[in-house]
Amino acid sequence: MLRTPIRAPLKVVAAVLPLLMGACSTVVMDPAGDVARQQARLIWWSTGLMLLIIVPVIILTLLFAWKYRAGNKDAAYEPDWDHSTGLELVIWAAPLMIIIALGALTWVSTHLLDPYRPLSRVALGKPVEPATRALEVQVVSLDWKWLFIYPEQGIATVNELVVPVDRPVKFRMTSSSVMNTLWIPSMAGMIYTMPGMETALHGVLNKAGKFEGRSGNYSGAGFSGMTFWTYAVPDARFEQWVAGVRRRPGTLDIATYNRIAAPSENVKPYGFGRVDPRLFARIVAMCTRPGTQCGEHGMGQSHGVRAPANDRPQRPDEAKGALTRDPSELGTSPHLNAPRGKAPGANDPGTDANRNMTMLVPPAPFAAAAAQG
Amino acid sequence: MSDTLLKTIFGRLTLDSFPIHEPIVLATFVVVALLGGALVAALTYYRVWTYLWHEWFTSVDHKRIGIMYMVLGLVMFLRGFADAIMMRGQQAMAFGQNEGYLNAHHYDQVFTAHGVIMIFFVAMPLVTGLMNYVVPLQIGARDVSFPFLNNFSFWMTASGAVITMASLFVGEFARTGWLAMAPLSGLDYSPDVGVDYYIWALQIAGVGTLLSGVNLIATIVKMRAPGMTMFKIPIFTWSALVTNVLIVAAFPVLTAVLAMLSLDRYVGTNFFTNTGGGNPMMYVNMIWIWGHPEVYILILPAFGVFSEVVSTFSGKRLFGYTSMVYALIVICILAYLVWLHHFFTMGSGATVNSFFGITTMIISIPTGAKIFNWLFTMYRGRIRFELPMMWAVAFMVTFTIGGMTGVLLAVPPADFQLHNSLFLVAHFHNVIIGGVLFGMFAGLNYWFPKAFGFKLDHKWGARSFWLWVVGFYVAFMPLYVLGLMGVTRRLRHFDDTTLQPWFIVAGVGALLIAGGIACMMMQFFVSWRNREVLRDHTGDPWDGRTLEWATSSPPPAYNFAFTPVIRDLDAWYDMKSQKVEQPTEGYYAIHMPCNTWAGIVLAGIATVFGLAMIWYIWWLAALSLVALIATAIVHTFNYDRDFHIPVEDIRRGEDARTESLARAGV
Repeated sequence: MLRTPIRAPLKVVAAVLPLLMGACSTVVMDPAGDVARQQARLIWWSTGLMLLIIVPVIILTLLFAWKYRAGNKDAAYEPDWDHSTGLELVIWAAPLMIIIALGALTWVSTHLLDPYRPLSRVALGKPVEPATRALEVQVVSLDWKWLFIYPEQGIATVNELVVPVDRPVKFRMTSSSVMNTLWIPSMAGMIYTMPGMETALHGVLNKAGKFEGRSGNYSGAGFSGMTFWTYAVPDARFEQWVAGVRRRPGTLDIATYNRIAAPSENVKPYGFGRVDPRLFARIVAMCTRPGTQCGEHGMGQSHGVRAPANDRPQRPDEAKGALTRDPSELGTSPHLNAPRGKAPGANDPGTDANRNMTMLVPPAPFAAAAAQG
Repeated sequence: MSDTLLKTIFGRLTLDSFPIHEPIVLATFVVVALLGGALVAALTYYRVWTYLWHEWFTSVDHKRIGIMYMVLGLVMFLRGFADAIMMRGQQAMAFGQNEGYLNAHHYDQVFTAHGVIMIFFVAMPLVTGLMNYVVPLQIGARDVSFPFLNNFSFWMTASGAVITMASLFVGEFARTGWLAMAPLSGLDYSPDVGVDYYIWALQIAGVGTLLSGVNLIATIVKMRAPGMTMFKIPIFTWSALVTNVLIVAAFPVLTAVLAMLSLDRYVGTNFFTNTGGGNPMMYVNMIWIWGHPEVYILILPAFGVFSEVVSTFSGKRLFGYTSMVYALIVICILAYLVWLHHFFTMGSGATVNSFFGITTMIISIPTGAKIFNWLFTMYRGRIRFELPMMWAVAFMVTFTIGGMTGVLLAVPPADFQLHNSLFLVAHFHNVIIGGVLFGMFAGLNYWFPKAFGFKLDHKWGARSFWLWVVGFYVAFMPLYVLGLMGVTRRLRHFDDTTLQPWFIVAGVGALLIAGGIACMMMQFFVSWRNREVLRDHTGDPWDGRTLEWATSSPPPAYNFAFTPVIRDLDAWYDMKSQKVEQPTEGYYAIHMPCNTWAGIVLAGIATVFGLAMIWYIWWLAALSLVALIATAIVHTFNYDRDFHIPVEDIRRGEDARTESLARAGV
């Protein structure tokens, strides 16, 4: 008789345990970078604090549900008992106490782990030396790949990030078209990249290795393939790698940038040996397209403040409102769950990876009509 | 015909806009067309159209409208769930070389449609339907304040659902995610009809939601039975009041954001573009000013349901009623002070982030207090585990876990790692399924006998319950782990094959839920078949405590022959303990509103207007807009708006009830 109620919770534990163990060894909970590790500790502490109240609530729910079941006539029954000032005080005070503790933890940790704040340590007990400068990486999210510019080294890569172990990294980030977030879970949490705006993120990797990076914000058709590898390497190996990229032909200037910014999916890593040093500023100012000038609106510059990039008139190549268009410019909106032909910018249209299982060639009369219409 | 003429007539609608070359959609269309055709044929054959038109479509009875809302919500739920199964299937197979069976163009529409449908056309109609049905009965009213407006609101919501469904077969739906974030939803990156479908479906349905909010506030404030002071309002009605205050304050923000987005798309303004002084961040900011209160709009009515259910089935007064009401009000206010937690990751300063993180955590205090209050309502009760109570216990356990992960997401540095990950997806499904949906199922099982006069079958209901609860945990616990493994939402394909087992488990969970849905449909069918056995003769099948149980099941059109006088919070429990006798004479003619065609016709014209705007058919848009205004004006000249139910009819109805009560031995 006694065994059943004991066994059931054991079964639950047996089912939950692999889940918990699976959760502990994940990249977010066991990362390779100091910032992410502090974030993981914060997740542990917050969860622990909340479990102080969550566990009793769940146990009491199940206990009361069992004890006061209608079949149990031994249990007390007080149909008109509906108030107890003492109990109500506890009910409001208990969560309040937890939230005060958690709120204090939040205030301190949010300021210490502010992504805009330069790192003060590279690991526990290893403060950043005053002489150490953070490695600056300029990040541009393109459709649908990542561009990393190393301004000090004068090189740029697409879909490959290499950083020295234990050296703080400062990301300055923007986007070419729509919003993405830069997320390297081993290193630090994510921050948005947004067109016409610059954001920042600081992080460090403490272990040599190969770590995943991706976009965390849906940005269109090629979003799934917007992944890259981040390599953390010793200083000497980093210099070697930089020298290797420098030897690569090709300069990342405005024209090249406009070419690679066109939509493409599942892009393999490549690099540029030279970079136009003004490129990142021009991307942020949204003046990379042919015929556009930086600061064309002119406001703000004279006051020593840079004019916001979006504070400028609309350009001819940007979409006009539908109502102001001529009927012939209305366009069509075909039902394209299966885009015929190759996906926009697919870099390898022949592979299996691009095969289109929902595609069907329309019957001839329909195809002819569609072609005419 | 020349291209210009064709485009003037048909806008951007071409033969290509129909899915003639896509087997999945075509097959869906054929099935839907066959089923729809069969339904129409059956309705015609049994000559039900006149009945439907007179008794349902044109009805201004809040009970009928409430039921129609519930039917709309449940039908759209099947569509939303079909999307969910497609996503689970895709994510369970698309690893490495396998691209799955949905390409990006299709998959991106599926996840957008899933979110939009589940929030706007499932959760909202279910919540509104329950409030519509129950609130007037709980406060002893004959109908809502503005019965015609109620009918109109329902049809506008239905119109939004029709437009969303049309996108499945003509053109396409948005490929932007359920909030259509700018600049992705702008004309530069989404030139097709998808986002326009999104905008017009939500704008038209939004009119209905807002008006229904106004209506219910007026009803609760002005139409309570004598003696029902604010602190004698049943807790479900209190939660409905707070919900509708949230609706009236929040939905205009959504309307404004979508209006600005449509101005960007139609007139070429620059609110959310990157030019002309516009800023896409403003879209994110403003849509969450609506979006966060929206989650409380969904959960508060569920809280109200659980309060009623726990109190009724524990056979006890609700513990801490006053603090429950204050908790609702505090949540209502705080709901507007937390929206920034949806974009901690957009680079706000640490002080701003901490402020919004801490306000978010503060919401967990009144919410926690409510959980404790339910707990102490069960304490020293006599708990009958009928279906609604089973859902309530499952809710209390599940929602607590979801609340915990929610507070975790409110800690900004933790959010930097968890934002947009599957951990977040698991969290909001944890609270929306474990909170809102379980609440709606509890409410459905609880009030079904009131609405239809017979209880729902327990056996199939219990099967559905267990499949749902177990299915939920199997489907969403793996998503928490996947989030911690660094997997973000809305991914269509994965390179890392070690993730696959987790997705397969989640897919199995979705199948269990599918089983739960099947059992629920079976439950409806079996209950209807056994309706004579399950018949509720008393009008009070659960030994209820509030006024709706004081009248017959289903209630007469006028709800109560005599307006009840309230002396206690649990008005019906009070009447029962005082052994109040049902009056058997002294009836008088009751003043009631007439049915009207105007709601369905106006909403029909609004649907045409929406579709014309979506497809750039300007002449049709102008025409239908003029027709819309003209019809509304014509309707104002309709003076035949009310009638009196004759005394004989009331006497007949009440005598039948007295007889039924006597037969049941009450």
